[in-house]
Amino acid sequence: MTDNLNRQGFTGGEPEKHPAVAAIRNDFPSAIIEVENSCGQVWVTVLPSNSVEILLFLRNNKELEFDFLSDLTAVHWPGRRGAEFEIVYQLYSTSKHLRFRLKVRLEEGQDVETASKLWQTADWLEREVYDMFGISFEGHPDQRRILNPDGFEGHPLRKEFPLQGRVRW
Amino acid sequence: MRKNPTKVFKGPGPKEANVLLTSASTVMNWAQRSSLWPLTFGLACCAIEMISAAAARYDMARFGWEVFRASPRQADLMIVAGTVTNKMAPVVKKLYDQMAEPKWVIAMGSCATCGGIFQTYSVVPGVSHIIPVDVYIPGCPPRPEALIHGIMTLQMKIDGQVNFAANPRKIEPGYRGPSGEETV
Repeated sequence: MTDNLNRQGFTGGEPEKHPAVAAIRNDFPSAIIEVENSCGQVWVTVLPSNSVEILLFLRNNKELEFDFLSDLTAVHWPGRRGAEFEIVYQLYSTSKHLRFRLKVRLEEGQDVETASKLWQTADWLEREVYDMFGISFEGHPDQRRILNPDGFEGHPLRKEFPLQGRVRW
Repeated sequence: MRKNPTKVFKGPGPKEANVLLTSASTVMNWAQRSSLWPLTFGLACCAIEMISAAAARYDMARFGWEVFRASPRQADLMIVAGTVTNKMAPVVKKLYDQMAEPKWVIAMGSCATCGGIFQTYSVVPGVSHIIPVDVYIPGCPPRPEALIHGIMTLQMKIDGQVNFAANPRKIEPGYRGPSGEETV
């Protein structure tokens, strides 16, 4: 079973051997900030300028076919000047049994292009990122809060947001 | 159960009580406590314990609480079984307001009692901030026995009440909605 799953997938080792890394290196060499590997999970951090182009390329490439966006989330790094946010795309290829993670670095207040044109599921996931982090997605069809009530103020997963909220009971 | 429940929960004193109707009160209390109809209403994992209390093994029907009503108009007991989030709070309040008098509320489990482990921006720290609570049941979640004990405690409380007298209900002051508006 495991053997079957890993037949075409990445089995660990050098991150550069991951087919998606090689493909991005080939087609978008200037966009890459860093390539990393942890426990066999490979990710590439890229600049926001052409992030959707890279995602489109990963989805349409015949060798990769990342047809499923299994998660889209963000991370707040308040200590990193000029790169306070990271959008994380978790991709999965159902035909190649391959997983890949793409990170996009953003600074405070910077927008990123929506991925909902590529995967429908990104619609709600981007709404969640907007709700929790306050990151805006250019071209999103319906950008409003999804988890918190409509009148909610602030974005709770930012590090500066107080854990118990701002409402006094 | 204690032998004389009226000594446990005191209702209004003799001044407030209508002397002519005290016997009628006893009959009404008996009727009300013997057929508590809970609202079909679960918010989190406590609801699973509430369901199993209603199912065959614990069989709440033995006590006359069997008819879980799907409409608040027909229910007179609200068992708040689970975490009340800020987003859910207006809905809980509306359901409570839709119930006809006389009505009672049981806060089941830590979350409904005080917010439980969720001391966060999204959770109401106790349902008593939005609606008046009669009985609190501790536990995370409480076992069906605890729920049955809680409803029996409520029955004792109903036995002690004096009908046709002022019976003000209290909620904890200061509830404000997620954006700070006064909702009660």
